[in-house]
Amino acid sequence: MTQTPTAPEQLNGVNVAALLGARQALENAPEAAEFTWKATSEWKDGAHTRMEMNGFFGLGEEHKRSKTFTIDSDHPEVFAATDVAPTPVEIVLSGLAGCLMAGIASVAENRGIKLRSVKASLEGDMNLYGILGVDSNVRNGFRSVRVSYDIDADASDEDIAALVAQSQKRSAVFDIITNPTNVFVTVD
Amino acid sequence: MRDIPTLIIGAGQAGLAMSHCLSQRSIEHVLLERGQVANSWRTERWDSLRLLTPNWQSRLPGFTYTGDQPDGFRTMPQTIEFLSGYAQKIDAPVETQTTVLSVEQLPSGYLVKTDRGDWTCRSVLIASGACNIGNIPSCAADLPASVTSLSPLTYRNPDQLPDGNVLVVGASATGVQLASELQRSGRQVTLATGEHVRVPRTYRGRDIKWWMDQTGIMDMTLAEVDDINRARHVPSLQLIGSPTQETISLNSLQALGVQIAGRVMGVMGAEVQFSGSLPNVCSLADLKMNRLLKQIDEWIETQAPEGITEPAYRLRETLVPREPILRLNLQQAGIETVIWATGFKPDYSWLNVPVITPRGELRHKGGVVDAPGMYVLGLPFLRRRKSSLIDGVGDDARDLADHLSHYLKGTLAAAA
Repeated sequence: MTQTPTAPEQLNGVNVAALLGARQALENAPEAAEFTWKATSEWKDGAHTRMEMNGFFGLGEEHKRSKTFTIDSDHPEVFAATDVAPTPVEIVLSGLAGCLMAGIASVAENRGIKLRSVKASLEGDMNLYGILGVDSNVRNGFRSVRVSYDIDADASDEDIAALVAQSQKRSAVFDIITNPTNVFVTVD
Repeated sequence: MRDIPTLIIGAGQAGLAMSHCLSQRSIEHVLLERGQVANSWRTERWDSLRLLTPNWQSRLPGFTYTGDQPDGFRTMPQTIEFLSGYAQKIDAPVETQTTVLSVEQLPSGYLVKTDRGDWTCRSVLIASGACNIGNIPSCAADLPASVTSLSPLTYRNPDQLPDGNVLVVGASATGVQLASELQRSGRQVTLATGEHVRVPRTYRGRDIKWWMDQTGIMDMTLAEVDDINRARHVPSLQLIGSPTQETISLNSLQALGVQIAGRVMGVMGAEVQFSGSLPNVCSLADLKMNRLLKQIDEWIETQAPEGITEPAYRLRETLVPREPILRLNLQQAGIETVIWATGFKPDYSWLNVPVITPRGELRHKGGVVDAPGMYVLGLPFLRRRKSSLIDGVGDDARDLADHLSHYLKGTLAAAA
């Protein structure tokens, strides 16, 4: 990608011009906007599993990442597991955190807001009666999720609130968590 | 077969405004109207509806409100009377009870077939409205057969509904008004709420519409917005036209007992699923409202208009239930009716000219359709923020009448 000589200095390290350019390009090429994200997983032992991610489909073709990324998951000791990695539900929370954070940085860049520090704490409430099958009225997943921000930026409280709201409006993981999704599972 | 320079399809505010502008330019034309003047206002509105704009805000080309209640809100009979009065005043050549069946392109203009004979014309204005069909999500088809599913276009009053409780989907102008009316009729209403635009009816002693008019917000043009597509799809303001200048909001509705939930995401059997994004859409709406009020405050500061004595203030933020519902079993909740207040779209099924986008919208630039001599009026943000309002269509009609006049004279290039 060639750097345009007039590209404004980035406040938060987000190339907004490239993102806006991509949006414009994709509006005229709807099929290029169809992406498929991929991950593989392999059972290790007990609850311990390793996930690998290296490649996705988009812009009409397959893409490789710069390397194969791995995430391990496990369960904590109170679940009689080996606790060598975070639990999948913690990975879900961290996925939400990462997605919202990328959104905050992008929106701030676009709005000319310099971020000095952004920290988030996430909590998800779950009643184990669901996954343990004690009460069929209790869902397995989170009953509710809370995200709490601590943001230091060159902006008013209202502008920071708007930044946080807009990042949710445009977040993939926020949508994945707040809205239903069809899931199809097969055995090959 | 009759021939005429210009045909106008539809005799609502847009068609009538254009008729006046064409008459002023001595351009012969006829309006084709499927019913009577102001047909949609006569046949596609609920009984208690009043306009959301005050009486004074109806400045049409060559006609305006002259009564003694400039701050009141017209009922539907008053709206019909007002527009009929306009048609009479400007002597609009309306062919009533004439439904356009198709429009086809000819080498030198258009062939317009109606159920009362065919026409040829060199230019045609589409003024058939932006709200012909309910924009109902596909999941509506998944509702149990025992549930009555209604579009606001066919809703009239609470008596028309089964006795049971009601789910109103959509919390823009229509949804909040119907939720209020139905909750007051003794039913438990659940209101599904996606992104919405919250405003107070009055602020610092004046109607919100007066502020938006005075501050120039309504006059904003296409050139002044970043994203035309977004501007054209902004949901309608949460407003009600009432004699008491009542403010309607998710807070006022909850005070009446309405239960609010997130946007409807799907229907599975008897169960409706709602998005968990309710806190954020409420937060977005509160922030947007406060930006508008701040803009008004700043305008007051610099313009110092007379008679504004109330200081600046902010409304209470939207109260979101501690745990908004994510699922609702219609049977268990006693819900017998679902009303889809999820917006409207225009009907161009009769338009056999390739000017329609895959989204079903007309391909046009500021009302100049992408076919020679074809124009459209009365769509949201056609040329200005006020384009879809009775008060706003006039400026667009003048602009497009100039364009159309040059088109007929063959002097478009010179004018541009």
